[in-house]
Amino acid sequence: MAESHDHAHAAPTSFIRKYVFSLDHKVIGLQYYFLGLSAAIVGMALSLLMRFHLVWPTTQVAWLEKLFPAGAAGGLMTPELYLSLMTMHGTIMVFFVLTTAPQSGFGNYMLPIQIGAADMAFPTLNMLSFWITFVSYVIMIGAFFVQGGAPLGGWTFYPPLSAIPEAGPGQAMGANMWILSIAIFCIASLLGALNFITTTLDLRTRGLSLMRMPLPCWTWFITAILGLLAFGVLLSAGVLLLMDRIAGTSFFVPGGLVVSDRAVNHTGGSPLLWQHLFWFFGHPEVYIAILPSMGIVSQVLSTFSRKPIFGYRAMVYAIIAIGGIGFAVWGHHMFISGMNPATAIAFSVLTMSIGVPSAIKTFNWIGTLWGGKIRFSTPMLYAIAFVSLFVTGGLSGIFLGQPSIDLYFHDTYFVVAHFHLIMGVASIFGIFAGTYFWLPKMFGRMMNETLGKLHFWITFVGVYCIFGPMHYLGLMGHMRRYSETTGVKYLAASDPLHQFMTIAAFITVGAQLIFIVNLFWSIFKGPKASVNPWECTTLEWTIPSPPPHDNFAGHEPVVYRGPYEYGVPGAPQDFLMQNDPAEVSARH
Amino acid sequence: MPVLLALVIWLVCAAITAPFVLHTWWFPVAISEHARTVDSQIMLTFWVTGVVFVLAHLGLGWAVFKFGRKRSGPATYSHGNNTMEAIWTSAAAVLFIGLVLMGTSVWARVHMNAAPAGSMPVEVTGKQFVWNVRYPGPDGKLGALDIRQINDANGNPLGIDSKDPAGKDDITFPNLVVPVNRSIEVTLHSLDVTHSFFVPELRLKQDAVPGMTIRINFIADKVGLYELPCAELCGLGHFKMRAFLDVKEQGDFDKWMQERVAERAAQQ
Repeated sequence: MAESHDHAHAAPTSFIRKYVFSLDHKVIGLQYYFLGLSAAIVGMALSLLMRFHLVWPTTQVAWLEKLFPAGAAGGLMTPELYLSLMTMHGTIMVFFVLTTAPQSGFGNYMLPIQIGAADMAFPTLNMLSFWITFVSYVIMIGAFFVQGGAPLGGWTFYPPLSAIPEAGPGQAMGANMWILSIAIFCIASLLGALNFITTTLDLRTRGLSLMRMPLPCWTWFITAILGLLAFGVLLSAGVLLLMDRIAGTSFFVPGGLVVSDRAVNHTGGSPLLWQHLFWFFGHPEVYIAILPSMGIVSQVLSTFSRKPIFGYRAMVYAIIAIGGIGFAVWGHHMFISGMNPATAIAFSVLTMSIGVPSAIKTFNWIGTLWGGKIRFSTPMLYAIAFVSLFVTGGLSGIFLGQPSIDLYFHDTYFVVAHFHLIMGVASIFGIFAGTYFWLPKMFGRMMNETLGKLHFWITFVGVYCIFGPMHYLGLMGHMRRYSETTGVKYLAASDPLHQFMTIAAFITVGAQLIFIVNLFWSIFKGPKASVNPWECTTLEWTIPSPPPHDNFAGHEPVVYRGPYEYGVPGAPQDFLMQNDPAEVSARH
Repeated sequence: MPVLLALVIWLVCAAITAPFVLHTWWFPVAISEHARTVDSQIMLTFWVTGVVFVLAHLGLGWAVFKFGRKRSGPATYSHGNNTMEAIWTSAAAVLFIGLVLMGTSVWARVHMNAAPAGSMPVEVTGKQFVWNVRYPGPDGKLGALDIRQINDANGNPLGIDSKDPAGKDDITFPNLVVPVNRSIEVTLHSLDVTHSFFVPELRLKQDAVPGMTIRINFIADKVGLYELPCAELCGLGHFKMRAFLDVKEQGDFDKWMQERVAERAAQQ
């Protein structure tokens, strides 16, 4: 618990130092947030192109040819372009949206303030993390524009498909760019993780014990630990794969292969080795994406229910348990990969164990609402919807975690439905909740509630219309990563569902324009926000909106109580700020 | 707002549940004992998760409905309830871990038990973007392979080694033709990238991994022609990589096999 002024630095005056190469955690947080937003727009656009192609594969789209001269000659999308879009959609969404916005975006901005610090522990490292991530993003987008286009091997990048340049279009230069970008992203994430961990452990203000931290801080902290342990493994795996591709090594490619009628000059590698390394990272990555949103949702549910969070300690232990067990379940992505089938049983038992802390969280969220006086502001709507999405997406995991059932559902749309709901949509609902909740603090302006609610209703119903039917496609045995439904006869029966999902996708993505308009309009023109418009208790609501350069104006706040003291009997109002020294008769 | 939100939550729940109950979009027919066991495990899981799903949404909607309406008095001041927390945790643990243990025997039967003695061996090899099936022929032995002898035009897509006598009678065919009610042991290979052997009607899926030999077995008990698509992304032609599982009566199968043997002999 170092003194906060040790880390203070003078406010920069030049534009470059203030907004571009800034050391201020708040500016860096916003940089990450807007990087995530731009990546989300790209990722969504790619998904619309895919959805369009699945339903109208023979409809010519003239402008598509301008965008992808080789992949869409005559305005018709080739199967390889479809797979490239799919690969890039997954990669961009997982790395540059779900990893970037909730953790590096909100976390950078709010962690120091919620723990009463003037900045992150290592401001220069923080700036480096962002700009390295930015370079990684530019390289990733660049993969679209190199010879052969973007890679087509899926975001999981399984070798040998990803290791042998001749295995498909985009598998040459595009795949190199992909690996390079991801390796650079890993470095940035490692730096960020170190910063988050040190900040949480060292910079908490007086009185802010770990068990008094707001739940978002807990999730950013645990997520950072996951990142520290997981990204190093992906970085190593990426380097090995790059070596296989350009330096003649054979980590992942076995001997005796024939690709495009030519014998492959590799021997002795193992495709499963990549899968183990990838998923050792990949499964914790799911929690890296979802944990921060869980933290945000917990904070919002408590605040807008005007009640303490139900079972704070249980929530903290559940976060730690999810993070811990999350490192021992990667094999459930590989039940049918050819790994030793006995290990599948161990992995499945561990996987199901994660259902337990997840159930605790769900129970506690509903318990938080129970007996509350709910205020239905937009952040709250998103937080409540998050609980529904988390339940829906979590329960389909109970199917996939069982190897005997995964025999059927693996690599079908059932999986696509599962991870989109729980990792994608739920996490993004957490980002929406966080945006509507914290924008007044970050920019000193309120967002428009009417537009916010309109955005919410269309999005909530819309995502269920997109991803609900995918469960049924999975039941029908519909494989994922199919660019058309024409190659296998029994898929024809799925066409009406595909049409429904595509229409729902266009409407839902269209509704995101409402959000974008609301966001930018509010940032510049929204009504001025007070210091604490939501009557929330945590430290960010004790300082001006927007916060000054060094957050607490050189003054170190002192914390006297836990984070969610709402409706305390005997208190003068229905919330007690964490830094309010008032003695109240009721104790917890 | 509370009424609307609760209604939408309940409607979403009903809309997702209804097709499962009504079987609007459902599994293809099951053609093996294994498939039916998988189905019963899936149904059990449906019921367990279905009850949790509906209860959670009822609870969420009810909380929104009841505690979202205007009412006097403060919110309940409570930091939780350890007893309920413990009950909930144990119930979830028993339910989820119980489910997976029940499914373990289904898994073990396919993957950990060897094929019964007297199973008919076939080899299925994936390559971009076709399946090739190889039968050992009358000698019951698969011959050696040599990738340098691969020649699609000459009808040798797998590179059966012309120098190995055991390979002289090997039969290569684009579909997996099997007799009904007979245990089949499939040896899976891949020549290039990872593919996945998937017959929905068998509820069976297994990756074919380059450099690995993976064995699975099944007994199909219903004559018919079933599609055998690739389920692991293998490149641009992934969506059309498909063969057929052709389950024939024993007599028809024998006749078919005799024709193939004669064909192969004529090639030599």
